[in-house]
Amino acid sequence: MNPVLQVSGLSKAFHLHLHGGKHLPVVEGVDFVVNAGECVVLGGPSGAGKSSILKAIYGNYLANSGAIILDDGETAMDVVTASPGAIITLRRHTMGYVSQFLRVIPRVPALEIVAEAARAAGLPADEALERAGRLLAHLNLPERLWNLPPATFSGGEQQRVNIARGFAGNHRFLILDEPTASLDAVNREAVIGLIAERKAQGTAFLGIFHDTEVRERVADRIIDVTRFSPAKEIAA
Amino acid sequence: MSRTAENYRGYNFAYLDEQTKRMIRRAILKAIAIPGYQVPFASREMPMPYGWGTGGVQVTAAILGPSDVLKVIDQGADDTTNAVSIRQFFEKTAGVETTTETEKATVIQTRHRIPEAKLQGHQVLVYQVPIPEPLRFLEPRETETRTLHALAEYGLMHVRLYEDIAQHGHIAKTYAYPVLVADRYVMDPSPIPKFDNPKMDDCAALQLFGAGREKRIYAIPPYTKVVSLDFEDHPFEATKFEQPCALCGATDSYLDEVITDDQGGRMFVCSDTHHCETRRCEGHVGHLGMPVTEAAE
Amino acid sequence: MTNLSASPLLVAEGLSKFYGSRIGCRNVNFALQPGEVLAIVGESGSGKTTLLNLLSGQLAPNAGAVRYRMRDGETKNLLDLSEAERRFLARTDWGFVHQDARNGLRMGVSAGGNIGERLMGVGDRHYGRIRETARGWLDRVEIDTSRIDDKPTQFSGGMRQRLQIARNLVTHPRLVFMDEPTGGLDVSVQARLLDLIRGLVADLGLAVVLVTHDLAVARLLSHRILVMKDGHVIEAGLTDRVLDDPQEAYTQLLVSSVLAA
Repeated sequence: MNPVLQVSGLSKAFHLHLHGGKHLPVVEGVDFVVNAGECVVLGGPSGAGKSSILKAIYGNYLANSGAIILDDGETAMDVVTASPGAIITLRRHTMGYVSQFLRVIPRVPALEIVAEAARAAGLPADEALERAGRLLAHLNLPERLWNLPPATFSGGEQQRVNIARGFAGNHRFLILDEPTASLDAVNREAVIGLIAERKAQGTAFLGIFHDTEVRERVADRIIDVTRFSPAKEIAA
Repeated sequence: MSRTAENYRGYNFAYLDEQTKRMIRRAILKAIAIPGYQVPFASREMPMPYGWGTGGVQVTAAILGPSDVLKVIDQGADDTTNAVSIRQFFEKTAGVETTTETEKATVIQTRHRIPEAKLQGHQVLVYQVPIPEPLRFLEPRETETRTLHALAEYGLMHVRLYEDIAQHGHIAKTYAYPVLVADRYVMDPSPIPKFDNPKMDDCAALQLFGAGREKRIYAIPPYTKVVSLDFEDHPFEATKFEQPCALCGATDSYLDEVITDDQGGRMFVCSDTHHCETRRCEGHVGHLGMPVTEAAE
Repeated sequence: MTNLSASPLLVAEGLSKFYGSRIGCRNVNFALQPGEVLAIVGESGSGKTTLLNLLSGQLAPNAGAVRYRMRDGETKNLLDLSEAERRFLARTDWGFVHQDARNGLRMGVSAGGNIGERLMGVGDRHYGRIRETARGWLDRVEIDTSRIDDKPTQFSGGMRQRLQIARNLVTHPRLVFMDEPTGGLDVSVQARLLDLIRGLVADLGLAVVLVTHDLAVARLLSHRILVMKDGHVIEAGLTDRVLDDPQEAYTQLLVSSVLAA
């Protein structure tokens, strides 16, 4: 086994200063590993803390305790204690994030959005454009849309631009937060194909998929996050 | 200095009191020591309005001695109101000899011209200056322009020239054309035509500049490098005239346009009246002039 | 692009500034990497502008130091620089984009002259070349090059800001200070300007210290955020972390007070 991500003792709570200092624990004692070439899916009902775990791993949420060790191929780094600069570097080269929604950047054409992600990962400009085109084609985005900014695209079209952007780099670890939510069957299939292709190349995946069919197809393991739920302890 | 016979009218020699002259001389010495640098001085009220040369008059009064010979020109002419009244002022208050001949003068006070005749080492040229600060129109804050001078940050001067070329296709500034003195200070040469700018460079005479209203004195010591600002691809060029002087035929002097009738008739004549007269006395005749001997008859 | 292996470009060490008994800012510490965009956010009067003026050497601190790595690689305390050195630095290796373009432009000078000023300031004496460079920059900031001889007074607010940016970038500075660069502009004009800034910052690898009270601007442009309140830095971190998971009460208030930043 070749672990890319090792999460241990992770806990996350929100402290709401504006609401009388309410303390909202979300998850506690999160422990799991994701190996190279493996797709691990987080399961559990909505509100169980699946998204919070993904965001803590990406550095978007601040973990309250525990360790999130990410191996960038050379050294292992703890996201919980890493400096902002180190996290930016990790995001550029090691871990990618595909969210449910495309945060639209005004005026930048779809192809350029994807190519920019490839360039950020270190690809030369021409190769980046080529890869961007290949990804958009694979995801069935009509070529006439490539040079338009996605602001006016449909939800599904925007989501495919978003996925293409997420897959454009050479990240060895990809976080997928409901990437197929707004896609039709054909395009879900295309995404499943992309995941399989990258898994074969050794990319590690950690994701949330509500669609049971997709989940069954891509998951090597499913982790039920309710077992990290702090509720029991509060009740006790 | 003691009173001389000429001061009978109750004025100290050359109008200003000796304390004031001393103060002005100190400013002049400092100005000479730092070529092109504007030295503040306590400008006095003079019995003439600002704009009539109060700065130049104070400088002249401070450097004049009883044996000096004074020439005063206004736009090159010895016989205009401003020149005549300043000349009379010093005749009255200092009793010095005056002249219209450039070569005979030891002190020449000028407004807006440098004489055509090459100046000599024993001569002093005193300029009347309306606005001494060359950066004024681009940077109105005096605190800031002083800093710019102190740090020799002169990019702004070229912005001004750049704007000229952008607007007119060439550097359209024809007078008060800025110069760099002794590779250090950018200086406004007063509103002389840019035709005269080359005369300031390596000049044998001491050049003093007095701005009365703005209370500044600056100087170019003899034989100082004075360079007119320009661009590599738009080099400085002195004004050239397409025709010679109508009276004396000179081709190397600065010409004034004179309207001769109501039908648009005009002629171009030397702005330096002494220069023109001298040439005509030597027998030079322009296409509208007549020989001096005939004119006298 | 952020170059994180390099040593920092700008370091603030224990910076404090007091106005009598009032605190301008107190004990601010951070390091800015080449290519990094740092946003300083907070309400009016929180000390953002004081900090910006301290960092750019326009104000002397009561305590602390600002260290800057010069182009020759040597790191110097800004306070140790002579005024001439500091001003040279400010007009070559730095840029300063003001909220009000009138403070950053010469309103009586043409667009070309505004862009060319820095070049002439460092000794460029070739009119044709200066003009060519000015045209190139106008194009880059999306101003029609035929407007090169127009004065900024004839420009719209958005165009003035873009001209101000061009005027600053012409000497290829490594660090640009921006004070509410999109303040007072229409939303659509803001979006275009932000997009332009975002592109230029990435292409040129600029380090930016950005003062703004607009969290959306901070999210779009910056890598990292310092949140200021009453002259203190109360929270700092990765931009999306601070905005999505704010820890301090004041930051939570700030974030919850705006519509979807």
